[in-house]
Amino acid sequence: MKRRKYTRDHVAWNLLTVVSFASFAFFFLFPLFRLIVGAIWTGNGFNLEPFKRFFATKYYMQAVANSFKVSTVTTLIAICTGTTFAMIMRYFKIKGKKVVDILLLVSTITPPFLGGYSWILLFGRVGWVTTWLKNTFGIIFPGIYGFWGIVFTFVCHSTMTMYMYISGALKNVDATLNEAAASLGCFGIRRIIKIIIPLILPTVLSTALLTFMHCFADYGTCALIGEGYNVMGTLIYTAFLGEVSRDATLASAMASITLIFTSCLFMVQRWLASRRVVEMNALHPIEQKKPKGIVAILSHFYIYLMTTLAVCPIFVVAYNSFQKASGFLFLPGYSLDSYRTAIKRLGDAIQRTYAYGLIAIVLIVVIAVIISYANVRHSSSITKTADTLTMFPLVVPGTVLGIAMVLAFNGAPFYLNGTAALVISVWVIRRLPYTIRSTTGVLHNISISVEEASQSLGANPFRTFIRVTFPMLFSGVLPGALLSFIASITELSSSLMVYNFKTVTMSIKIYTEICKGNFGVASAMSTILLLSAVVVLGVLFKVSKGNYEFTL
Amino acid sequence: MSITINIEHAKKAYGKNVVIEDLSAQIKPGEFFTLLGPSGCGKTTLLRMIAGFNTIEGGTIAFDDKVINNLPPHKRNIGMVFQNYAVFPHMSTRENIAFGLKERKVKDPELTNRVDEVLEKVQIRELADRMPSNMSGGQQQRIALARAMVINPDVLLFDEPLSNLDAKLRVEMRSVIRHIQQQAGITTIYVTHDQEEALAISDRIAVMHKGEIQQIDEPVKIYRKPRNLFVATFMGQTNILDVDVNGQDISISGTDVNYHFERIRKDHQITKGKLVVRPNDFTFEDAGIEGVVTERIFFGTITTYTVKTNIGDLVVTRDVNEHMKSIGETVHLAIPVEVVNVFDADGKNMSIMEDAG
Repeated sequence: MKRRKYTRDHVAWNLLTVVSFASFAFFFLFPLFRLIVGAIWTGNGFNLEPFKRFFATKYYMQAVANSFKVSTVTTLIAICTGTTFAMIMRYFKIKGKKVVDILLLVSTITPPFLGGYSWILLFGRVGWVTTWLKNTFGIIFPGIYGFWGIVFTFVCHSTMTMYMYISGALKNVDATLNEAAASLGCFGIRRIIKIIIPLILPTVLSTALLTFMHCFADYGTCALIGEGYNVMGTLIYTAFLGEVSRDATLASAMASITLIFTSCLFMVQRWLASRRVVEMNALHPIEQKKPKGIVAILSHFYIYLMTTLAVCPIFVVAYNSFQKASGFLFLPGYSLDSYRTAIKRLGDAIQRTYAYGLIAIVLIVVIAVIISYANVRHSSSITKTADTLTMFPLVVPGTVLGIAMVLAFNGAPFYLNGTAALVISVWVIRRLPYTIRSTTGVLHNISISVEEASQSLGANPFRTFIRVTFPMLFSGVLPGALLSFIASITELSSSLMVYNFKTVTMSIKIYTEICKGNFGVASAMSTILLLSAVVVLGVLFKVSKGNYEFTL
Repeated sequence: MSITINIEHAKKAYGKNVVIEDLSAQIKPGEFFTLLGPSGCGKTTLLRMIAGFNTIEGGTIAFDDKVINNLPPHKRNIGMVFQNYAVFPHMSTRENIAFGLKERKVKDPELTNRVDEVLEKVQIRELADRMPSNMSGGQQQRIALARAMVINPDVLLFDEPLSNLDAKLRVEMRSVIRHIQQQAGITTIYVTHDQEEALAISDRIAVMHKGEIQQIDEPVKIYRKPRNLFVATFMGQTNILDVDVNGQDISISGTDVNYHFERIRKDHQITKGKLVVRPNDFTFEDAGIEGVVTERIFFGTITTYTVKTNIGDLVVTRDVNEHMKSIGETVHLAIPVEVVNVFDADGKNMSIMEDAG
């Protein structure tokens, strides 16, 4: 049934959208615009020199090639590992599934750079495993650095993200579809290829794109574990903030190139997604079978292995934090020294991180609810534009966004550099797309007649929104919001660009300590950060009763 | 106390797509008025215009003398029951029912008293403090009904409230709705596509087709004296026979069967028409349309036969207590002229309508 148009609330919601979108545009589209203009326009003419230099220098082109290599390999592997993982978890009864699920959720809150860091602790040149191999077997392991190190770290992390989203899609595949296929003579592997894969393909593609983006311009992981293996992220960072060879124009040129490339990918993904719209709503979810024989052994082995890889960083970091340490060496024996130093050095960074995170999440929820409600219930070209463009941050790498922000708000007339506003808006922008998606999903599940019932009972549209829509929405939006809170406080790539000494957050402190080689302190700080994230997760489990679904 | 709903020349259009062109109807105080029609006929659109969820592009809708065209839904004092129940999932039964009262600033103890009273009326007292999430459709629809009733609305609106329920519950709920409506005497508009439901529950029925009202009448008249062929065929299964008309004499084309039809005016000029015979109107006699039984379906209380004749297959239903015909048997079908209707080529009922009963 069509909604009546141009009523007072229709106009009101569209106005609200305009206001929310304007603030979004100011902190997102405007900086990106400035970035691109700044890269090619010097003030009195076009200047393509940095671009020429970039494309002509082998050193830079090598980094581009490296980025492609890392992202493509990671994405391909993660698609396979993630899909396999999701299918096993969905179709088979796995022993300890609950524990696995909780561990995985915990693992997704670990920022990738912490993963990289802990793999160094294990497999680095002086890592435990490396040392152990050398002492016991005399095997010299060169350490997990360079290309495969980066890929390994990313795959461990992305597999779980892949799993979460694909599992959500699989949940919506109705069992009767499977039975129908079987009754038509299609089963086993053929059924998976012909029925299941096409149904979950849109989700797989979107998630794959996200993975690709994350890898393509990640800075932290590559900087830590890459050791001279240059990729776009590290290149941009060094060009922008590095101690030697600082070149802001080159940095913005590179950022622009990355941005254009990722935007193209985004459009391709949107186009693909729009071509294949699969509407599913499972009345009979697929029943889980008990695997038998070799299948059982292999499935369990695979699930446990991937889970271990995913959560390993957390336990490594947590264990390390209690060890005696001196610089990057861990000494025998345990102490709380690392924590003492950590807390001293963190100072108000702890409160600051939480305060920023809370402000960010309130803003995210408010903007997301406005934009998605307006688009679902009072759709117009305005709301549709807002809805589409707010998806864009998904594909803008943190480093690029950070640089764009600094360039746009550094100096007159804004002077926002190094202010809390900048850090918070970076967080808001990076997480907004996720929350808008989940809010829109929840809204589509709220029948419009519930709101009409409220109005027919005498509640005006505003009271209806407050008393009926928002409470119904809230329980659906909260899990996503909590996850966004965690993602925000652990964010590194873009915070690193926009922070200054007054706005240092915990993840930046951790990163600095790792760079200084104070592994003990870094571990202690990470544990504090992760612990708070786990507390938030606990709340998430409580409110969602373990039923939280990831949709994209 | 109860109000009249006056719909005059109402028009509904979505852009250039006109759904209702020009519709007028008057619903009497305290009446149970049903909008009946196939899906897409505009019945729900009209109901939502009355509720205020659809705009009105022309004409007026008035509660008594007050035109409500531009009044937002929350100011119309209506109680509405939806197809998908639309129970607030985050509120208990009691909170759901109290919702409208709280909007009207009704305070305790009146609030509690009124909620308790209506809980009793719809027989869900034991559900009062439960959340709706695990309730059956029937229970949820009772909450929705109670919620709409408790505010003493001027008008009760039902939008296919029973179509999500199973057959048995549907019958049960429809007597609950009818009973409560009669007690309260609130003017009621009820939308359904189920003709049996409409016949069972209504004071008057408006049969709608393509945005127009085909006929407004009491259930018996709608069934027995359909104004046109659409209404006749929509209200249950029918056999349509081509007939040649000559004054008050009609003969069934392709047969030598003739009837004298007193309920047609003598002075018409029509020569061709259609005779509509319901399956249970046919009787097996010694003379009449000759045919062979080709199919027999036993339903318990009735038996349905398909009879192959040279004017096509005819459907006949007879009471179980009658002697059953067997497949392959030759039968003769007679038509009781006093209950069937003859329509002209445009589908208009040629029978004189006044004598209906």
